[in-house]
Amino acid sequence: MHTAIAELEQAQVRDDIPGFRPGDTLKVHVRVKEGNRSRIQVFQGVVIRRQGGGIRETFTVRKISYGVGVERTFPVHSPSIDHIETVTRGKVRRAKLYYLRDLRGKAARIKERRETPAS
Amino acid sequence: MATQMKGILGTKLGMTQVFDDSGQVTPVTVVKAGPCVVTAVRTPDRDGYSAVQFGYGEIDPRKVNKPATGVFAQAGVTPRRYLAELRTDDASEYQVGQEVTAEVFAAGQLVDATGTSKGKGTAGVMKRHGFKGLSSSHGTQRKHRSPGSIGACATPGRVFKGVRMAGRMGAVRTTVQSLTVHSVDTDRGLLLIKGAVPGSAGGLILVRSAAKAPVAKEA
Repeated sequence: MHTAIAELEQAQVRDDIPGFRPGDTLKVHVRVKEGNRSRIQVFQGVVIRRQGGGIRETFTVRKISYGVGVERTFPVHSPSIDHIETVTRGKVRRAKLYYLRDLRGKAARIKERRETPAS
Repeated sequence: MATQMKGILGTKLGMTQVFDDSGQVTPVTVVKAGPCVVTAVRTPDRDGYSAVQFGYGEIDPRKVNKPATGVFAQAGVTPRRYLAELRTDDASEYQVGQEVTAEVFAAGQLVDATGTSKGKGTAGVMKRHGFKGLSSSHGTQRKHRSPGSIGACATPGRVFKGVRMAGRMGAVRTTVQSLTVHSVDTDRGLLLIKGAVPGSAGGLILVRSAAKAPVAKEA
């Protein structure tokens, strides 16, 4: 990648996004624009993947809404994300938690990660 | 028809994405535009048409051939790697030796981008001309990407000239019209053009005002 492009991308990277991993439960506060006023909407769920790198990195949050699974993918550095809250840290053994799509209720629980590893 | 075209030569650096305020992602091509130098001005009186000749890019003066050396010597500028002409009616407003930078364009303007497309080598008709190919089933054997018929039988008894077939694809001069300038970085001389531009990173790109830009209504 050309250094000029790297600089352009680096300028857009947000450093106020906390570190999180697949398996963590997040509250993503999203700015929603309706007409000419904007408000904050919270999307809470489990991170089932993080993919891409740099400015192109995205993550997917899955939640069950009225019995229906809803997944939403956000760019990590999107300006439409107001802030991200980490609710719980999950202990998982995969990077992509697609198996959660086939599980319901108790089976879809994720064990909590207790001690915070150095990362 | 009076046309005031603006233009600049540049190098394609590559593509990236930018966010706007609402969080929408726009794909952009980053072009290092200029600085170009005006090496000649064509006038209708002397040359029969109106145009500006630009020089762009660094080069070792020893590598410049004699005809090009003459062009640069006449203009009184150091030799450049590339020369290109821009047909415009307001050529008389340019002076030989004048610098042209990315500032000639502003965000939101429509431009055409010309470059040499990436070479694809020998390509079949599906890739080269967008043919549908033959059926993937219904008894087709080993001919799934072939063109099918290329003509009739005893009348005319030959294949017409210009029938589209497989062959060398790409590495030709290509223009993409009516692209939007996303933004201009005057400090670094960068043009951010929305969408894709022909050629690989490092290729020469000629950016011009769009030929099909909607004309501003004049009273």
